Amino acid sequence: MLEGTTAEIRERKALRVNPVKTCQPIGAMYAALGVNGCMPHSHGSQGCCAYHRSHLTRHYKEPVVATTSSFTEGASVFGGMSNLTTAIENIFSIYEPEIVAVHTTCLSEVIGDDIPTIIKKAAEAGKIPEGKTVIHANTPSFVGSHITGFANQCEAFVKYLAEPRQGEEPRKMINIFPGFVDPADMREIRRLADDLGIEYLMVPDASDVLDSAYDGKYQMYPDGGTPVAGLKMMGENQLSVGLGPLASEPALKTIAKKCEQPTELLELPIGVSATDAFVNSLRLAAGVKVPTEMVRERGRLIDMISDMSQYLHKKKVALFGDPDHLTSMTRFLVEIGMEPAIVIAGHPGKKWEKKIREIAPGAEVRASSDMHYLHQWIKNHPVDLLIGNSYGKLVAKAEDIPFVRFGFPILDRVGHRAFSIVGYRGAMRLIEKMTDTLFDHTDRLCPDEDLELIQ
Amino acid sequence: MSEETHPSPSAHVPPTGAEAREKLLENYPKKTLRKRSKQMLVNETPETPAQIGANSRTVPGIITQRGCSYAGCKGVVIGPIYDILHITHGPIGCGYYSWLSRRNKTRIREDNETNYLQYSMSTDMQENHIVFGGEKQLAQAIEEAYEEFKPKAISVYATCPVGLIGDDIHSVCAEAKKKLGINVFGFSCEGYKGVSQSAGHHIANNGVFKNMIGLDDTEQDYPYTINVLGEYNIGGDAWEIDRVLNLCGIKVIGTLSGGVSYDEICNCHQANLNVVMCHRSINYMAEMMETKFGIPWFKVNFIGLEGTKKSLRKIAQYFGDKTLIDRVEEVIAAEMAEVRPVLEDVKPRTSGKKAALFVGGSRAHHYQDLFTDMDMEVFAAGYEFAHRDDYEGRDVLPNIKVDADTRNIEDLTIEQDETRFNLRQTVDRKKSLEDSGFEFSDYEGMMRQMKKDTLVIDDISHHELEKLIEMYKPDIIGSGVKDKYVIEKMGIPCKQLHSYDYGGPYAGFKGAINFYEEIDRMTSSKVWQLNRAPWDEEPVAKEEPAAVSA
Repeated sequence: MLEGTTAEIRERKALRVNPVKTCQPIGAMYAALGVNGCMPHSHGSQGCCAYHRSHLTRHYKEPVVATTSSFTEGASVFGGMSNLTTAIENIFSIYEPEIVAVHTTCLSEVIGDDIPTIIKKAAEAGKIPEGKTVIHANTPSFVGSHITGFANQCEAFVKYLAEPRQGEEPRKMINIFPGFVDPADMREIRRLADDLGIEYLMVPDASDVLDSAYDGKYQMYPDGGTPVAGLKMMGENQLSVGLGPLASEPALKTIAKKCEQPTELLELPIGVSATDAFVNSLRLAAGVKVPTEMVRERGRLIDMISDMSQYLHKKKVALFGDPDHLTSMTRFLVEIGMEPAIVIAGHPGKKWEKKIREIAPGAEVRASSDMHYLHQWIKNHPVDLLIGNSYGKLVAKAEDIPFVRFGFPILDRVGHRAFSIVGYRGAMRLIEKMTDTLFDHTDRLCPDEDLELIQ
Repeated sequence: MSEETHPSPSAHVPPTGAEAREKLLENYPKKTLRKRSKQMLVNETPETPAQIGANSRTVPGIITQRGCSYAGCKGVVIGPIYDILHITHGPIGCGYYSWLSRRNKTRIREDNETNYLQYSMSTDMQENHIVFGGEKQLAQAIEEAYEEFKPKAISVYATCPVGLIGDDIHSVCAEAKKKLGINVFGFSCEGYKGVSQSAGHHIANNGVFKNMIGLDDTEQDYPYTINVLGEYNIGGDAWEIDRVLNLCGIKVIGTLSGGVSYDEICNCHQANLNVVMCHRSINYMAEMMETKFGIPWFKVNFIGLEGTKKSLRKIAQYFGDKTLIDRVEEVIAAEMAEVRPVLEDVKPRTSGKKAALFVGGSRAHHYQDLFTDMDMEVFAAGYEFAHRDDYEGRDVLPNIKVDADTRNIEDLTIEQDETRFNLRQTVDRKKSLEDSGFEFSDYEGMMRQMKKDTLVIDDISHHELEKLIEMYKPDIIGSGVKDKYVIEKMGIPCKQLHSYDYGGPYAGFKGAINFYEEIDRMTSSKVWQLNRAPWDEEPVAKEEPAAVSA
């Protein structure tokens, strides 16, 4: 496995080897699927749409529908206006969505298609049925990563749909931007908000869309997803809370400006203190007491951490993935006494590197890096545990390192579809996953006399 | 559960082909209707197939199965060559998505080798490269890759923006080849070329032919040598084909391109014969090799028992050696002894069940044989990216109108290689066999084999697939990952015929056994009925309980 990887590290300036990120449009597609009755539309070659749909399907094991402008060489030379206009007409006649969320690709960005003008002309030509909406986000693949694509699509919801507050007083309701997390995580964030008894609107919300129940019928637009009507009312609400700075900050900035709404940007609620910050923020905004059951839930987590702490203490961990996930996960590892040894993101960001170094002084931290570097570094500095998406299994197999799947995508395991990693319960699940993996590894390798029945 | 409320799918009375076609075309705007009508036929005269509007553009806004030229070139044809270092020149996505996602299995031959399929390498183009050009980035990436891995060859793939900004990848590759002293070559397979993956196959064939075929003249002194073209070793299919051929005493020099090495491809002009599995993706190569080296080709099919037997016998007949012909019969007999009990076991359950196949450029045809083995009926089938000849047979080739999208894909002009033409007297062998009625350069197409009044649907759309399932209530559908969960939400199992749902192999004899067992499992599964809960049968109240207050 990965036989070509040696311990000798050479600085690479032009070659990316085994990336820890993918391109913007897939994030935009995922965000758009979290709006009720929304058809994501990929403005570019068919391949982009096919790759993104396939990849999302492999992660969620659910139908992922999206349309494409099906560019050919002609469209690439003469511009994609005709393709997008035809697409809009076909989508509304055949698939009848409430809203179409167009995102661009490297192809349509390079030729410079002006999407707002194309949408405007399509509307003028009567191609957009009464009461239906077409919005867009710019997501060139040569900028940012899948996380910024998600962020840009979320920002587009605000740009196109949120209206400045009409009412005298803001509504007692909070907009929650969950960040690029799984439907199970969105469901858990909602549960925490429900248990706190607050009114909220989650934007977007892929639960009951990309984890829909089997009932023998196929619904192109499942019951879940943020309602468009809700998006239009976002400006009326008292506060917007964004989780994960990279995924949620653009939407927050835009709603603050457009709707003069207070905003609060938090880390993803993974681990003890990040979940505390989220719960605390909602508690203060809504003026409620944290319910006893939630306090107990938190207590059960702390109890589990204390019970397992001897097995976690100073264990060296290598992590890779998306910045928002890594920030909270690194903090959680430090909280439970583990030692983040190397933290690698594919997405660029000096500020993020600095933040991680503050949380985990002494860790090797690199943004804009890749898994090949991570692997080489591990060959020089062995670790006890590897944490990251499914692609990590190659490194885990090559070096025989216990491996916990975390982040996007998880293509080869089923748990993320049903069980969350956010909140106090999510933290308990992470502890379980980490200790199970560490124990299994030791049990498999240790001499018979060292096998422990009780741990 | 009563039969009336929940009829088994097979008990359902399906519409006729013509009725179904009419329903499938409902709801389309005028222009879209015109286009889709040409791509959807009722197979009224299977022996003289009607003209189908294949290999034409997908209408924008239609939810299609199709991908792009890059996916066809890097993803399908060149990607599987394990000891070439592959670099995608472009933004990160394309290289990332084509990383280990196609299940073209491979293994290294020696301990000191590297399997580059476990790596995804890309120039990860950023905005400044788009503005100022990406050639320097590519040149440096190639050098860094060489320094890091010392591969025997490097291959470069262009993505959409590369063509638009005008990077000359071929000059960069030529420079690198000179400087590094290894083979470096590029493919202009930008995603917008052509109308589907198919354009990428053609571009890949051209590149492999120009840059690899014929580089190694080591002679093969074995009498029965062949290449298997258009076999990508999904789930280990090529290995099963190799196993059976080896048992018969036939040696495969190169499989293009599943599990193959660079050296094997460079040497494959030393073979006595090319057999073609996936006609769509590789017929160009077969033709070019025949023109240049005089190696004849014919179509084979190792999917399904009849196809496998027929293919083995035809190869043996080509060589004409009695010992080989007898050996092939012995192998078939021995293998069939293992297959027969499995088939007899599953048949009572699979017999009469209905399937539809929408996949690929050959698979929608080949897999019908496996379903036929199980006495199942294929009522509709279509390809994702095939051309008219794949549906109607190669005899329509002279009548296919070349449109602008196809014209943009280079057609190489090939000449006879003066020193290496007819190295193994294959030209003469072909001539004498043809005189006795043996067919070469043949492909009858899918429609001739399909039953009368079945549906033939090219580039099926999501909308049509949904309607089709509602009307026919099939027992199983063979398709790809994008359709799989749509179909299964409706309670119909879907077999992925690109990835095999991470199973396989399905080729040859052992593959057939795997397939029968798998289809039996899927069509006999009780999972879909688990949907019914006791309260569905015996409701007592209409209201849900009120939420319990905290």
